[in-house]
Amino acid sequence: MSHKFFVWLCLLPLAVVTVAFFLLPMARLVVTGAEGPQGLAGYLAILTEPRYRATLINTVMLAAATTIVTLIVATIAGMFLQRHRFPGRAVLIAMLTFPLAFPGVVVGFLIILLAGRQGLIGDLSSRLFGERLVFAYSIYGLFLGYLYFSIPRVILTIMAAVQKLDVGLEEAARSLGASPWAVQRDVVMPALAPAFVASGAIAFATAMGAFGTAFTLATNIDVLPMLIYTEFTLAANFSTSAALSVGLGIITWFILAIARSFSGSAVAAAG
Amino acid sequence: MSTSAGHGAAVRIAACGKTFADGTRALEPATLDIDRGETLVLLGPSGCGKTTMLRIIAGLELPDTGGKVLFDGKDMTSVPIERRNVGMVFQSYALFPNMSVSDNIGYGLKIRGVPNEERAARVAELVALTNISGLENRRIDQLSGGQRQRVALARAVAIRPGILLLDEPLTALDAALRDRLRGELNRLLRALGITTIYVTHDQSEAMELGDRIVVMQKGTIAQIGSPREIYFAPKNRFVAEFIGAANIIEAPIEGGQLVLPGGRQPIGGDATVSAAVAMIRPETIRVVEAGSAPLSGLIDSVSFIGDRQRMVVSGVSGKLLTVDAPNAVVAKAGERVGLLISPDAVRLLPPES
Ligand SMILES: Nc1ncnc2c1ncn2[C@@H]1O[C@H](COP(=O)(O)OP(=O)(O)OP(=O)(O)O)[C@@H](O)[C@H]1O
Ligand SMILES: [Mg+2]
Repeated sequence: MSHKFFVWLCLLPLAVVTVAFFLLPMARLVVTGAEGPQGLAGYLAILTEPRYRATLINTVMLAAATTIVTLIVATIAGMFLQRHRFPGRAVLIAMLTFPLAFPGVVVGFLIILLAGRQGLIGDLSSRLFGERLVFAYSIYGLFLGYLYFSIPRVILTIMAAVQKLDVGLEEAARSLGASPWAVQRDVVMPALAPAFVASGAIAFATAMGAFGTAFTLATNIDVLPMLIYTEFTLAANFSTSAALSVGLGIITWFILAIARSFSGSAVAAAG
Repeated sequence: MSTSAGHGAAVRIAACGKTFADGTRALEPATLDIDRGETLVLLGPSGCGKTTMLRIIAGLELPDTGGKVLFDGKDMTSVPIERRNVGMVFQSYALFPNMSVSDNIGYGLKIRGVPNEERAARVAELVALTNISGLENRRIDQLSGGQRQRVALARAVAIRPGILLLDEPLTALDAALRDRLRGELNRLLRALGITTIYVTHDQSEAMELGDRIVVMQKGTIAQIGSPREIYFAPKNRFVAEFIGAANIIEAPIEGGQLVLPGGRQPIGGDATVSAAVAMIRPETIRVVEAGSAPLSGLIDSVSFIGDRQRMVVSGVSGKLLTVDAPNAVVAKAGERVGLLISPDAVRLLPPES
C-alpha cells in the first residue's frame, strides 16, 4: 500500500461525515430557502422585510455587545486570576467555570431568578426604592444571560494565554520607561490578540445562535434563532426559516472573517 | 561619543540581601560600589544569585529591608524600574514580537515622547553602531540569534541609560559567534563608556570584559578584584578553581618549602606556617630535564592542543598535576621530567573553612 493511498484512506471517514452531515443538509437548506413563493427573492426578504431586518440588527448588536463586554470582563479577571496567588483562588476558578455545563435554559432560569418578577434584584430594589426592577424579559436580561454563558469560556482561554505571556517582555518595556498602562497597550494586549480573536469568535457565534436562553426568557425580544423557531414551528414557513438560517450562518461567518483579518497582522506577529 | 571618560551613574549597593517569598535566601546582604563608567562583571556558577543582584539594581526586585540601592548618591531603592533610566539586555533578549527592528530600538524614545525625526536619527545611529543595517524593517522572528542580540543591545542603549545591565547576553549563542560578539561588545562598551554591570558564568567572558570582577558563591561575594587579581591572587579555593585551571596542593611546609612526594618546592611570602593549601597555575610550571629541578614526576599523558600542550604529571604531589607547556617542548607519556616553578607562582590559600 503506497503512502499516498494510506493518507487518502484516513481521509475517507472525514469525507463521509462532511458529505453526510454537513454538505448535504446545507445544500438542502439553501435550496429550501429559495423554494418559497418568492423564490430566490426569499433570501432578500431577510434584509427588506422590516421585521426580519430589525431582528437581524438586534441580534448582531446583542452578540457584538456580549462579545465586547465578555472580553473586557474576562481579560481583567483572567489576568488577575493568573497573575495572583491568594487563598481561595482555586475555589474561585472552579466556581467561575461551574456554569460551563449549563444549557441555555438553565441560564435563562437563573436570569429570571435574578431579575424576573419574583427576582432577587426586584426584591432588593422594591425594599430600597419602593419600585420593582424587572428586566429579565427584556433585551438586558438576554444580554446578562449571554454574558453569564460566555464569560467562563473566555476566561479559561485568556488565562491560558496570560500564562504563556513572556514576563521578560513586560520587564523590558518597563526598563525602557513604559508606564503600567503603556506596558498593557504595547506588550500585553498585542500578545493576547490571538486569544481575543479565538475566544471572541466563539462568544460572538454562540450569542448569535443561542436559543435556549432566549426561549426561556422570551416575552418581548426578537432574536434570529427565535424568529427561525417561530417561522418553522408556528407558521410552518419552511422556506423562510431556511433562508433565515442560511442568512444567520453567512452573516456570522462574515463578521468573524472581518475580525480575523483585522487582527491578522497582530496574530501573525505574536505567533 | 567619547572614550571611557566615565558616563552614567555611579552605583552603590548597600547591605542588599534578598529572601524570596518562599523563603529562598538568594543573596546574603552585600555591599558593592561601582564607579562611573566602569564595567563590572558578576561571575559565578548557576544559582549563586547573579541575576538576583542585577534585578535589585534594575529595580525589578526589592532588596530585603535594610538594603539600599544608590545611583550617584541618590537613594533609588523604592523607585520603580521605569523611572531608573537603566538599559537592560535580557538573556532571552525579550524583543517585542509585534514591532519591527527599528520600532524595537526606538520604543524607549517613543515612550519618552522624542519627536519622530530625532527618534529616527537616533535609531539610524544605533543601527550603524551595532552593525545591523538593512534589517530595520524586519520582524523579530526573521532575525538570527546574533542579530537579535544586537537589536536588544541597541534598544537598551538608545535611551542613553545611566547604567547598562546585561544578563548573560551571549549565552544563547553558539561558541564561535559568542567569541566574535564578545570582542565586538567589548569595543562597544568601551566606546560608550556607560557604567555597565554584566552577568555571566563564563570566566573568559568575565576576564575580557570586566574592569573588575565580582566572583559570587552561593549568594555571597567571594572576591572582588581586577581580572589579574582574581586570576593570580584568588582569595580562596573556590575562586581559584572557578577561574581558569588550577592545581590545588595540600602539603606540610618545612623551612619555607612545600614538602611533596616529588621533591621540595620553595614558596614565597609567608613561610612561617607548618602546612598549607597552595595553588599553582598550570602555565607557570616549566618542564625541564629530570634532575635539573627540585621537583620531578612521571608524565601520565600529553594532549596537544595547538597553541600549547597539556600534560598530566603523576608522582609530584598526592594528586595528578596539570602542566601547560609550550607546544615546542617534546615529551612523551611515561617519561620522567623535572618541573621548575618560581616561588612567586605558588599561591597560598587559607585553609578550608
Ligand atoms: N522568584 C524566585 N522565587 C524563589 N526563589 C528564587 C526566585 N528567583 C530566583 N530564586 C532562587 O534564588 C537563587 C539565585 O537565583 P539567581 O537567578 O539569582 O541565580 P543566577 O546566579 O542568576 O543563576 P543562573 O546562572 O542559573 O542564571 C536560586 O537558588 C534560585 O532558585
Ligand atoms: Mg541568572
